[in-house]
Parts: sequence; C-alpha cells; structure tokens
Amino acid sequence: MPTSLLGALWVVPALPLLGFLMNGALALWRPQARTAVSTIGVAVLVLACGAAVAAVAGFAGLHPAAPLVIRYWEWMPVGDLRVDFALQFDQLSAVMVLVVTGVGALIHVFSVGYMQADAGYARYFAYLNLFVFFMLMLVLGASFPVMFVGWEGVGLCSYLLIGFWFNEQINADAGKKAFIVNRIGDVGFLIAMFLIFRATGSLDFGPVFGRAAMVFPPAGASVTAITLFLFLGCTGKSAQIPLFTWLPDAMQGPTPVSALIHAATMVTAGVYLVARCNVLFALSPLGSATVAGVGALTALFAATIALKQWDIKRVLAYSTISQLGYMFLGVGTGAYAAGIFHLVTHAFFKALLFLGSGSVIHAMHHAYHATHAHDDAQDMRNMGGLRRYLPWTAALMWIATLAIAGIPPLSGFFSKDEILGAAFALGTAEPAWLVYWAMGIAAALLTAFYMTRLMLYTFHGPNRTGDKEREHLHEAPWVMTGPLVVLGVLSVVGGALNLPELMGGGAALQHWLEPVTALADRMRPVVELSHAMEWTLVGGAVLVAALGIVGAVRLLHPEALVPARLAPPETGLERLLWKKWYVDEIYDAVMVRPVQWLAREVLWKTIDLRLVDGLLVNGSATASRALGWLGSRLQTGEVGFYVALFVVGVLLVVGGAMR
Amino acid sequence: MNLDFQALDLSRTCDLLVALAPELALTLAALVVLLVVAWRHRTLEDVRLAGWLTLAGLGAAGFAAWFLWWNGARAAGIPAMIAVDDFRLVADWLFLGTAALTVLVSFDYLAREELWVPEYFALLLFATLGMMLMAGAEDLMVLFLGLELMSIALYVLAGSSRRSASGAEAALKYFLLGAFASGFLLYGIALVYGATATTNLTLIGVQVVTLGLQHSTMLLIGLGLLLVGFGFKVAAVPFHMWAPDVYDGSPTPITGYMATAVKAAAFAALFRVLGESFAAVPAWHAIVWWLAVATMVVGNLVALAQRTLKRMLAYSSIAHAGYLLVAVATGTGAGAAAFLFYLVAYTLMTLAAFALLAAKGTNGERDVRIDDLAGLAQRRPWLALALAVCMLSLLGIPGTAGFIGKWYILVAATASGQGLLAAILVLASVISAGYYLPVIMAMYMQPEPSAEAHAGMRLGRLGSAVVAAAVAGLLFFGVRPNRLLDIARVSGASVRAAPAVSSDVTPAPLREPTGR
Repeated sequence: MPTSLLGALWVVPALPLLGFLMNGALALWRPQARTAVSTIGVAVLVLACGAAVAAVAGFAGLHPAAPLVIRYWEWMPVGDLRVDFALQFDQLSAVMVLVVTGVGALIHVFSVGYMQADAGYARYFAYLNLFVFFMLMLVLGASFPVMFVGWEGVGLCSYLLIGFWFNEQINADAGKKAFIVNRIGDVGFLIAMFLIFRATGSLDFGPVFGRAAMVFPPAGASVTAITLFLFLGCTGKSAQIPLFTWLPDAMQGPTPVSALIHAATMVTAGVYLVARCNVLFALSPLGSATVAGVGALTALFAATIALKQWDIKRVLAYSTISQLGYMFLGVGTGAYAAGIFHLVTHAFFKALLFLGSGSVIHAMHHAYHATHAHDDAQDMRNMGGLRRYLPWTAALMWIATLAIAGIPPLSGFFSKDEILGAAFALGTAEPAWLVYWAMGIAAALLTAFYMTRLMLYTFHGPNRTGDKEREHLHEAPWVMTGPLVVLGVLSVVGGALNLPELMGGGAALQHWLEPVTALADRMRPVVELSHAMEWTLVGGAVLVAALGIVGAVRLLHPEALVPARLAPPETGLERLLWKKWYVDEIYDAVMVRPVQWLAREVLWKTIDLRLVDGLLVNGSATASRALGWLGSRLQTGEVGFYVALFVVGVLLVVGGAMR
Repeated sequence: MNLDFQALDLSRTCDLLVALAPELALTLAALVVLLVVAWRHRTLEDVRLAGWLTLAGLGAAGFAAWFLWWNGARAAGIPAMIAVDDFRLVADWLFLGTAALTVLVSFDYLAREELWVPEYFALLLFATLGMMLMAGAEDLMVLFLGLELMSIALYVLAGSSRRSASGAEAALKYFLLGAFASGFLLYGIALVYGATATTNLTLIGVQVVTLGLQHSTMLLIGLGLLLVGFGFKVAAVPFHMWAPDVYDGSPTPITGYMATAVKAAAFAALFRVLGESFAAVPAWHAIVWWLAVATMVVGNLVALAQRTLKRMLAYSSIAHAGYLLVAVATGTGAGAAAFLFYLVAYTLMTLAAFALLAAKGTNGERDVRIDDLAGLAQRRPWLALALAVCMLSLLGIPGTAGFIGKWYILVAATASGQGLLAAILVLASVISAGYYLPVIMAMYMQPEPSAEAHAGMRLGRLGSAVVAAAVAGLLFFGVRPNRLLDIARVSGASVRAAPAVSSDVTPAPLREPTGR
C-alpha cells in the first residue's frame, strides 16, 4: 500500500539522524573506529536514499493534486498559533529528497576516501549525517517553522563544517562569517513568517497558500513585503547579492563539504523556498521581478569575479553563486520547473566539479606532503598538465565543464536554455526581462570562458608542481573516482529529466511539478514564442557557449604561467577582478566597522556597562536586598508583635470586604 | 446492596460509608498505629514498625480514593456534609502522597536524630485525615473540625523533638497563633451562618443569590474573617509571621510536610468555599488580589535577605502561596486547573528540597547556610543535581513542572483580565532568582571548603527514592504535563456553585463545562 508506506516517511530523515547519533557517540568515545564510522555514515545515507526512492515510487503511483501532509505530534499550541510536527510530501519535495539523498550518498562515499587520513574522521561523518537530516527537514517540513528548523540546522552544520579544521584561525573566521551573514538573511525569513501569520493566521503551507489568493490583494503591499523578506532570507542562504560574500570563504571547509553543502544542496534552499512559496511570489510582481533581477545580476557579477581567481575552489565557488543566480532568474520569471530543473542538473555537474577538484587537491596535497613543500595545493598556477596523472578526473571534469557551459546534449544545456527562454518570452511582454535575459546570456559567455580557463590551467600545458613533487602525483582511489563516474553519467543524461517539447521530449519534470505550481501558473500571463524564435534562441545560446570555450582556448596560454610564488602581482582591471571588486573591503568599511564601533563604544561601554549593569541590574538587586533586609527586621520572634500585625491584617481584610 | 457510584445517596448509611471510605480507612489505620505504639515505643525497630503500618494505612486510603475516582463517584440528592467529587479525591491523593513521602523521609531522620517517638506517625495520620476532611467538607462545621484535627496534630508534631528548645518554641508559637487564627475563622463561620442561616457550602451559595446578600454587612465581615483564617493557614502576608519561626524550629520532614500538605489543604478548602459559597460575591476578588501581591512581594524580598537554607525555603514557600493566590484570584476554570497543577508541582519540589535539607543537616540543621553547600557537586553529584533541579523548578525554568505550573497560572491570569497581577508574578519570580540561583552557584561553582565538608550528608535508600521520584516527576511533568493537566482541569471544574435561581445575578465564573 503506497499510502501506508508514505506514513513511514519519517524514516527518511530519521536515518541520517540515527547516523549522527551513532557517529557522534563514536566521535566522543571511539574516534579511531574508522571502519565503523564509514559503514554507519554511508549506510544510513544509502538506506535513506532507498527509502526516498520507495517513497517517491509510492507517491508517483498516486500522483495526487494536493500534497500529502503527515502529522506526527502537536508541537507548539499557543493561543491561535498551532504548529504541529508534520511532514509534507509533494512533487517538489520528492525531487528535493531524491537530490539530497542521492547526491548526498555519493558524496559520503567520496568522503570515505578523501578524509581517510584525517584525525577528525568520526566527527566529520557525524556532522555530515546531521546536515543531511536537517536538509531533509527543510525540504519535508509541512510548515514554515518546521522548515525553519531545517533552515537553521543546515546553517549550523555549514558553520561546523566550514570551520572543521578549526585550529587554523582563517577556517574558524570563515565559519563565523558564514554564520553571521546568514543571520541577516534569517531575520528576513523570521519577519516574513510573522507577517504571514498576521495575514493568514497560520504557518502551515496548506492553509497559507490556500488562503493567500483571498487574503492578499494582487500586487498588494503586504504580500510584496512578505516576498521581499523571504527573498532576503534566500540571499543569505543561497549567496545572492548582497549577502553572497560568505560562500567563497566557505571553501575553507573540506572539499566534499563544499560539494554537498555549498554547491548541491544547502545553497539551493533559497530556490526551493521561492518555488515552495510560488503562490506568494505570483501574487507579487515586484517580488518576482526583484528575485529575477537580483538573480540575473548575481549571475553576471559572480561570473566576472570567477574570471580572475587562481584558487581552483574559489573559481567553483563564484561559479556556484553565478549558477544560483540563474536559478533565481528562473523562479523569479515564474518558470519554477525550469529553476528546479537547473537546481537538479547543477547538483550533478557542480558536485562533480567540486569532487573532481577535491581529487586534484588530494593529489596535489599528497605530492607536497611527500616532499614537505609548503606550496598552495589549491592554486591553479601550481598545477598544469595534470591530465597525464589524473586521466579519469580530467575526463570527467571536462564533461561537467561542457555541461555547465551549456553544450548540447549535456544536462546543463537544457536547464539553462529553459531559464533563458522563459526570461526572453516574458521579456516580449515586460521589457525588464529582456535586460535580465541579456545579462544571462553574457553570464553564459563568461561561464564558458572561466570554466575552460580552469580546465586549461589545471589539466593542460606544462606541469608547474615541481620536479620532485611530480612523481608523487597520482589518481585518487576508486572509492573517490567511483562517485565521480556516477555523477558524470548523471551530468550527461540529466537533461532527459525534462527534455523540452520543442525537441521532441515530454517535459517530464515540468508536468510532474504542475500540481505544485498550478495556482501560480494560473495567475501569470502565458507568452508563447514561435518555434522559429525558440530555435533561434537555442542556436544563439549554443553559439555563445562555444564562443566562450573557443575564446578561452585561443586567448589563454597555460604554458606562459609561472608557479604562484613566482607570479607578479596583478594590475588594473585584472586586479579589480582578482580582488573581487573589493566587495569585502567595502562591506568592511561601510558596515562591519561602524557596527563594531557602535557595539563597542555605545552599546557595550555606555548602555550595557553603565546603564544596564550599573543602574538596572545591580541597582535593582541592591534595592531588593535592602527591602528584604527591612522586611526581615520585622521578624522579631516575639509573639505579641506578630499578633499585633495580625490584627492590622484583619482590619485591612475586613475593611476591604466591607468596601 | 446496590450502589450507583455516579449518584451516591448520602442519606443512606451504606452509600455514606462508601463515600467516606478513604477517611474511614485512614481513621482505622491511625487507631491501629496508636494502639501498637502504646506497647512498642522504645527502639528504632518500634519506630520502623509504626512507619510501615502508617504507609499501609495511607496505601489503603489511597486505594479507596482511587477506587471512588475511577468509578466517577458523585453525590446525588440533597446537599450533605461531605462532597463527593473529583476535586476532593484528587486533593486526597495529594495529601496521602505527601504524607507517604514524608513518612519515607522520616525513617532516616528519626533514626539519625534518635527520636524514638512512634506517636509521630499516628499524629501524621490524624493530620492527614484532617486535611482530607477539609478538602471534602461540604459544610463549614466539617471544615472546621478537619482544620482543628489537622492543626492540633501539627502543633504536637512541630514540638516532637522534645530535647530541642527551638522545637518547643516553634510548637508553642504555632499553637498560640493558630488558636488565635482559629478564633477568627470560627467567628467568620458564625457570622456567615447568621447571615444565611446555614453552614452548608452549597446552600450558602444558594442563599446568597436568592436572598440577594451580596452586599450584606454581616456576610461580608464573615467572609473577611474566613479569609483571615485561611490566610493564616496558607501563610499569606500579613498572616505569615509564624511561618518562618515554626518552619525553622520543627523537625525538617515535618517542615516539608507543613510547607506542602498543610498549605495545600488550606488552599483546597479556601478554593471550595470561594467557589461554592461566594462565587456570586465579588468582594473577595479584590482581597485575594491584594493578599496575592503582598505575599509574592514580601515573601520573595525577605527570602533574599536569608542566610540559612531552611529559612530561605520557609520564605520561598510563602512566596509560592502568593503564586497560588494568583490562581485563586482569577476565579475561572483555567485558574482552577492551573491551581491544582501548581499545587502538585509545588508539593513535589518543596518536599524534595526539604528532604535534601534534612539529609544535609546534622543536629544543628537550623544553621545550614547556603555557603555550606559549596562544592557539593564534586563530592555528591547526584544530590547536587537533585537540589539544582528543585531550585530551577521553584524558580520556574522551562523543562520543569514549576515552569509549566507558573505558565498556566500566568495564562489563566491574563485570560481573566488580571494582566497586572501576572506582571507582578513575573517580576516577583525574577527576584526569586536572587536566592534560588546562589544555591546552585554554591554547589557547582565554589570549591569545597574542606574534604570533610559534606561527609555528614547522608540520604538513606528510602530518602533517595523519594527524592529521585520527586525529581523525576518534576522533569516528567515539565515535559509532558498533558495528563496531569487534564486531571486538574476536570477536578477543578467539579467545584462549582449551585445553579443560580435569581436572574439578576451574573453567572458564577467557576462554572465551566468540562467532562472527563
């Protein structure tokens, strides 16, 4: 029975939680039990993935129009507010659950190889399991508060894993930065929740979205405020302008973490949130336009920075920010299926790229470790020609590069093309979207360029690692390349999920998600492009991608590069890009320093120490004590006095009664 | 013999005996214990024998009360002298449970203090019987008899340590002031009788409404004097002066018993009298309001100035009486439920705290200062943890029953429009952190003064079981209060005024239909 099977949906998040508890216990008492840790850590994910597949299979048999909500227990009944601990399973959660558990399982397997020599092995797997648990809560929660628990939980795990090697100050700082920047977004999310509760009287998805069309006038101020605050939360979690600065620093964590949390799953939570709240965004044209505009701008802006980064993981980090921008462009345009489609394909090829870079770093690190050199194992200027030593990695990463660049028939081509096509189509009705579309095309050109640059500098040209180190370079073990191969296959065939009707496909994902987006779809203008126009757009996009790749191959000269420690400083525009448009420095000067000054000089030294501590806390305590001492003086121990006081009390009470 | 538990006819002997089964069982047990100790009262074994007999009697009475409750016993027909409702039976359970826990704690205490006074247990049983009559009284005369039965037994218990001067002082003071207060209570009863020509609680309520006595001077003076009498028993300010001295001088298990069961009994009787007889009289709301404020503020402030643990707990129990008065002052069904729940939580935490204090104090227990607990957490981690949980619960930290109880009192107070009272309660609780937290701080953050500082601290097996059960209960009800709250809700609603006959009377606030 599929429905009874779905009643056991709790098993899916419970398994990683169990893994966290067991690995957490091992981390405390048996940190060296590596076999047990990897068995538990991987097994819970594989089982959860199996359970998720079973749940989705059962659900697909029903394919109900309304989401299945399973209530487990009453959680917060306070006055009018009723929040139950309830999970919700619908077409959208089904997609997310499969991505999270599937990609998660692959990355767990990869981690077994990557983290093998690390002292914190058990702790690492405990955190990773906990992350998957919270991520599943995020996508399965049936109400905003349950989702928020997951939302905050993944943030916590992200913090713990970015600062995983916390004995180095820079790692701990990166973790803190991620946590604090995310808090700004979370305040937005919270305010949005308060506003939603005030307007609709509920926080459960079903009632909120059901009542939304009645409660909110279209394009009204309240729904616009809600969507903007929700989107503020998204900019934090999904690293969009203006809150994107934490994600590049988050690369200080172990590389599989970057692949799982900071590329494939957690950072896409914002896209999921917008898709989940599609009714609200559909009611607010300004909110949607903001989402799309910020997405397009971020896609372009981050792509320019990626052009001049030398750290292989930072290139990928900015690439992630840029691709997330595409997803927001998609969901902001109203093409929710396209946005989610890109989320899925991006999870495949970006996880592959990160894990591939992990394999490269693994090899580089071992080489430098063997010769006790202290060069940067992540700087591309120290790499070059690695395809001879890491043939599998090189081949697989080329597949992912072509996919992200948008070369047909790889997965990224279809998903990106669909977003750009939707933006262009809406642009015929609302010209602002034509600008967004142009920005998207420009970003696509840059994407093809910087990814090709990454591949050329890493795998081609002469090797710059060093003569002694060179002989230690070798391909990673199978436990690491195996997941790469699986992801490579998925990156190639992922497009089949949603083959557009234009090309003879069935648009499967789009139809699958229709029950989720049906309400929102009805509120939007339908713009149909002619087939000729669509084919032109497709051709143009492919041309742009090819131009980026060919341009990079023609313009860049990997053989002219010198190792990082010999490289001259950057100048001019290159320096501007290399320094990431000085965004961090500007934020520091405009926001961080003034806030710190305010906090230290005014809030702490004046208000807290003098007013709060001095007058209110200690003053009231002293006053209370003095009064208490006075009261205790009345306790003379003499019965006569007690009786006298008693009589006074009697007079007061009787007097009160007669009044 | 055909019995209908849902409609016991108290004019029939057989039905009356069933309705009084818990009290009868306890009376029988008390007489048996008294007979046994007349022969055997010289050694530790004699004390133990009396103690176990007492426990058996309490168990039998508890079973009887449970049996009636389980069968949903109700009285039918004309108003009688004893109530048969959930409120009485649940309150009985509270008294019996408290008495049983006190007996268990007393074993160790009596052995350590070498008090070979097995009459102690018989007196405990009589006091408990008095409480049960108070909570079940449907007539002011029964109520008074119960109150005196309880009080006289307690005067003796307070002085049961005959070698201790402070014990004698406590007993004498308690007796003098208690007699004084009983006089006021009795005079109040007389005036109420004078105004309404009846002592039956329900009939008083009916008379008040039908004769329109809401503003009758005689009735109001009577009501005021009744409040004085109860105020004395619950140690409400300004009738609280006896409490610190008496609590301080009595044997510690008895102090715990007085601070919990006695207070609970007086509150139960007060609650029933106000609910059944004076629901239609608005005058008492303001008086209880002021009593609550004065009790909370004075209790908490003076507790801050105490140095010894026992006196601190004495003032803390005064402060908690203030919180309970807040629940009474609301006069609503929600207030009744909160009141019963808090009574259970308060009983658990106070009893456990006094049991731990009894274990810590050797012969000079009056002088256990808060600083004497320094470093207890290193030496006796479990005892320190238990005391810490009690303190947190008394303070009302989430996760403990004390919090849930306080929370529902606050909810009931705000729901009935007593926002100011709720705010004062919260502020008073803040002050209470100033004396509860130093106990935890001393135990966990200060070093042991010497290696033998806690050597004398002994908690026997039975005492440990009592403390463990109480602490487990505090934590359990702090996380899952639902069942207990349901019972409290149903029981609180079972106390209600008789249906109003006259139409120009506002509906009695205590009526709130709920069913099990």
